Amino acid sequence: MNSELDATPAASLAVATQAELQTPAPTERRRLRVQKTYKMFAGGQFIRSESGRYFQVTDVSGATTGEAENIPLASRKDGRDAVKIAHGAWAGWSGKTAYNRGQILYRLGEVMEARAAELAHDLHRSLGLSGDLARAEVEASIDRVLSFAGWSDKFQALLCSSNPVAGPHFNFSVPEPMGVVATLAPRRPSLLGLVSAILPALVAGNTCVVLASEEDPRTALSFCECVATSDVPAGVLNVLTGKASEVAPHLARHQEVAALDLWTEDDALARQLEELAVGTVKRVRRRTPSTIDFSSSSLESLATIERFVEMKTVWHPVGV
Amino acid sequence: MAMVSSPRGGPYALPFRSPPVDQVYVEERAVALGKRSIKKETKVAGLRLAVRMMDLTTLEGKDSPGKVRSLCAKALRPLDTDPTIGPVGAVCVYPNMVPVAVEALKGSGVHVASVATAFPSGLSPLPIKLEDVRRAVDFGADEIDMVIDRGAMLSGEYARVYDEIAQTKEACGAAHLKVILETGELGTYDTVRHASDIAMAAGADFIKTSTGKITPAATPAVTLVMLEAIRDFFYATGRRIGMKPAGGIRTAKQALHYLVIVKETLGDAWLTPDLFRFGASTLLNDVLMQLEKERTGAYQGQDYFSKD
Repeated sequence: MNSELDATPAASLAVATQAELQTPAPTERRRLRVQKTYKMFAGGQFIRSESGRYFQVTDVSGATTGEAENIPLASRKDGRDAVKIAHGAWAGWSGKTAYNRGQILYRLGEVMEARAAELAHDLHRSLGLSGDLARAEVEASIDRVLSFAGWSDKFQALLCSSNPVAGPHFNFSVPEPMGVVATLAPRRPSLLGLVSAILPALVAGNTCVVLASEEDPRTALSFCECVATSDVPAGVLNVLTGKASEVAPHLARHQEVAALDLWTEDDALARQLEELAVGTVKRVRRRTPSTIDFSSSSLESLATIERFVEMKTVWHPVGV
Repeated sequence: MAMVSSPRGGPYALPFRSPPVDQVYVEERAVALGKRSIKKETKVAGLRLAVRMMDLTTLEGKDSPGKVRSLCAKALRPLDTDPTIGPVGAVCVYPNMVPVAVEALKGSGVHVASVATAFPSGLSPLPIKLEDVRRAVDFGADEIDMVIDRGAMLSGEYARVYDEIAQTKEACGAAHLKVILETGELGTYDTVRHASDIAMAAGADFIKTSTGKITPAATPAVTLVMLEAIRDFFYATGRRIGMKPAGGIRTAKQALHYLVIVKETLGDAWLTPDLFRFGASTLLNDVLMQLEKERTGAYQGQDYFSKD
């Protein structure tokens, strides 16, 4: 008993010698696979849906044929709670210095790098991407995070302006964060698409409520584990899983949501959300992921950040 | 409980001990009563009632006549778009702000409550505390929120606690007396129960959990203990004493939880602003947000509601 316990972990650590490789293990141990309970991410915690509902996603990679995993099916109230959390986290996140936000987002990239294999494995299982393609997507995602981390204390200088006015005033405009941004993440690519959607909003000082890809919520939730173990404050990023058509309309009407970022192929849903957002004059951006080249550097341009800032113009008297 | 006038001055004799409280039962029952599923129409009715039960409170050192006037405006018409909501039960202020509130609420039926008796500690000589009460009543307050001397209560000087309440009641004249037990400082449910019994025997019209200045303030469990004391007092004397949980009640959901506790402990007779009040400042906006959510179907934002 003791020898068996001793042997197994030590053997996995040590570099196996030729002799050991040829010697069959004394007893073959079978162990049950420990499956992960996937949970949504809100307020820095991993939570189930308050509704207690789940939906299933299968493993399409062929490694564990027929197995499915339960993913929380978010409800209207989960959406409401997430907005409340994001709204509460906004003052802290937008109040940090731009430099500090950049450091925190860079740290997120570092953690993703350390967990790249896991993220790639999730992409492989959920979307059937080959090893090379999955790794390439993870690497592109990490690079995108770092790119936006770099933007953090630079975009303000490029967006702000000193405006010529006919009068004794110094007139200038500066970008400020908007508040809570609700995002429908692209179904595909599930990781690079998610990162491309939320990073511009986060780097601008907004907090996010995201509905993850319905097709591959697993990778989004693994990404959340990277967020949770980097220095991103609780509540800055909140990721729900489930049906966009169920939760998004409530986010579109919610008075505390400042902007809607819709990455969806569903024209009818997008139109419905745009109409619902009119009541609170939200800023709405619609993108159609299938028409976008996600490897393009245009997705990390200044223009992507500009969508999520509010310009404040100040008139300051001079010469009096 | 003796129903004769007490030689000490209060209407009923000083109770030297109270029935023990089963902590586990009280806490479990209080939690269980918060798990009711309250459907839309009932919820709206409950929230509208909660608005009318509110003692809209501002008790800060920085209170000014302007702030009190704007609070009174909100008390009269909590939601500018819907005149059928409110008005609230009372506005609760410090004595110096009473004349401002009386002027602003004249003829509206909204009561003016004033804290008194060296609020929030109550640690001043009794003549000063009584003078505090008389001045507040002279200024026009028709409800007085007094604090008990918690030090006296904890060191077993029950007669002193009783006497102070009885004399404060006398100083109130026609004004209603609410007795703040400051349950967060009393330590155990048994002490809360005993303090409730003493306050009611000494002439309190309302018993109130907290000043709002320390935590924990009102909790469902401590409220349940006090409501059971009120129930037993009613069975013994036939007098209906009011209840006011205060401090830490911030959400509409909590307010409905308290209403369920009241209904299940004392029945519909107590579901009126004359016998149940919420001491709160931030609760009102959350209730209004929920009412608007039910009316419009859209979740509301804080920025769309006036702060005071």
